[in-house]
Amino acid sequence: MATARGGEVTIRDLSKSFSLGGRKLAVLRSLNLDIRSGECLVIVGASGSGKTTLLRILAGLERPDGGGVAIDGRDVDGVGEERAVIFQEPRLLPWLTLLGNVAFGLEVRGVAKQQAEERARFHIALVGLAEFTDAYPRQLSGGMAQRVGIARALTVQPEILLLDEPLGALDAMTKISMQEELARIWSEENVTMVMVTHDLEEAIYLADRVLILPKEKGGAARLIDVDLPRPRDRSESRFVRYREELLREFGLH
Amino acid sequence: MTLQHIERTAGIGRREGYGLSADFLRLAGRTSTRILSRYGVLLGFLALWQVAASSGWVNAAVLPPIDAIVAALWKGLAGGSLLGDIAISLQRAGLAFAAAVIVAIPLGLVMGQARAVEAALDPILQLFRQTSALALYPVFILLLGLGEASKVFVIFWATLFPLLLNTISGVKEVDPKLLEMARVYGAGQLTIFRRVVLPGAVPSIFVGLRLGATTALLLLIASEMIGANKGIGFQVMNAQYNFQIPLMFAAIVILAALGLIANQALVILQWRLCRWSNPAA
Repeated sequence: MATARGGEVTIRDLSKSFSLGGRKLAVLRSLNLDIRSGECLVIVGASGSGKTTLLRILAGLERPDGGGVAIDGRDVDGVGEERAVIFQEPRLLPWLTLLGNVAFGLEVRGVAKQQAEERARFHIALVGLAEFTDAYPRQLSGGMAQRVGIARALTVQPEILLLDEPLGALDAMTKISMQEELARIWSEENVTMVMVTHDLEEAIYLADRVLILPKEKGGAARLIDVDLPRPRDRSESRFVRYREELLREFGLH
Repeated sequence: MTLQHIERTAGIGRREGYGLSADFLRLAGRTSTRILSRYGVLLGFLALWQVAASSGWVNAAVLPPIDAIVAALWKGLAGGSLLGDIAISLQRAGLAFAAAVIVAIPLGLVMGQARAVEAALDPILQLFRQTSALALYPVFILLLGLGEASKVFVIFWATLFPLLLNTISGVKEVDPKLLEMARVYGAGQLTIFRRVVLPGAVPSIFVGLRLGATTALLLLIASEMIGANKGIGFQVMNAQYNFQIPLMFAAIVILAALGLIANQALVILQWRLCRWSNPAA
């Protein structure tokens, strides 16, 4: 099933800094990383470690100061059709129905309306919202709205799905069911997933590998392989050990 | 009369609520209660006016009773003498409003998006906006004469600003996160404008349209009170000069009705265009 579909990311010497009140603040310092095709990489790090910046560079929404990113051997320059982004907020257009919102990405990319809506319906069903197809975003709960955002991203059939703290704004119960949903979608859709989160348990639940970005100058990024069978059990002893390991990385344990 | 009728219906609904048609009566009772709570104060005001005028509490020559005003209104409308005034007033306000829409909305859409254009035009816009259009009316008369052109232009001028400013702010207040979302899916500038900026600005544009319609009617009357020989504003002034006070009030009622109709038409249009923001949708 996991055929070489593409979605391989090469990050070389990536640097990015922001000026904050006249001072230059480096958030990414010569980062090197290879993301494998079809893997789920979860990025964690203290706030200010540049995890969202990294994701936005991968999305093509920001340009690095130095180094670069290549996808399947082609240098990234701006946004691209092989990528889709799921943001922390659902970012739905309030004047479109669910169907219109999910079809939006395809329509923008030039797919005929009828065909776009047909594919949108499929993905609306995939995230379990078929009965709300004609509802407007304001009628949805936070979790439902985020699922619409996920469906919209899946509809364009990206090779790489970039997720910026997608479950960060949800309540604890919804969050857990959405994590299960993301795990299911990832295994069904054969897509490379790169996700930023500040929730370590979420990272272990979803990731093939966890990338820990350093906060201090001179610190090195660290990669942890999560070698657990799926679907994962949060109460299992090895799961708990991975959690402790991550907590130690943050100096919290 | 209407008020008494409603009160009686409500009373029946309460007293005989257990009979065969109890449901119907209860429904009628609820409906009339709702009407009463919504229009009760208005009806009370009209009733007080009628009583005060007809029983001599106030000078009926200055504040004629409602039935005299209605009679004058009916005579003017059915006899056709006010229809010509309504037509010319609608033409003046309509032309000016349409011209303001045609100028302000496209200009506002551009200004809301192009920061440089907005920054360059903003000071002069603020100056024009803060200068009363009525104060400028004599200037327009000098430039355009005392005919239709200066009247239409002063209405246009005053209507332009609420429309323009609301269109600009509607465009500027579109959530940048939605713009970014569209960009991520590869939308170009034109697509983003058509599919995100424009629909996002529509509610604010409607605020401008409704304010503009109110302003247009206000300026219509002011311009017709100065140097006109036809129009509803002229009739208000003229009837007062000739001491035809019921006719004066009839003209005022027509003005109020025009305002209400224009506003309601825009509310309905907005409801149809912005179904997504309606609670009932």
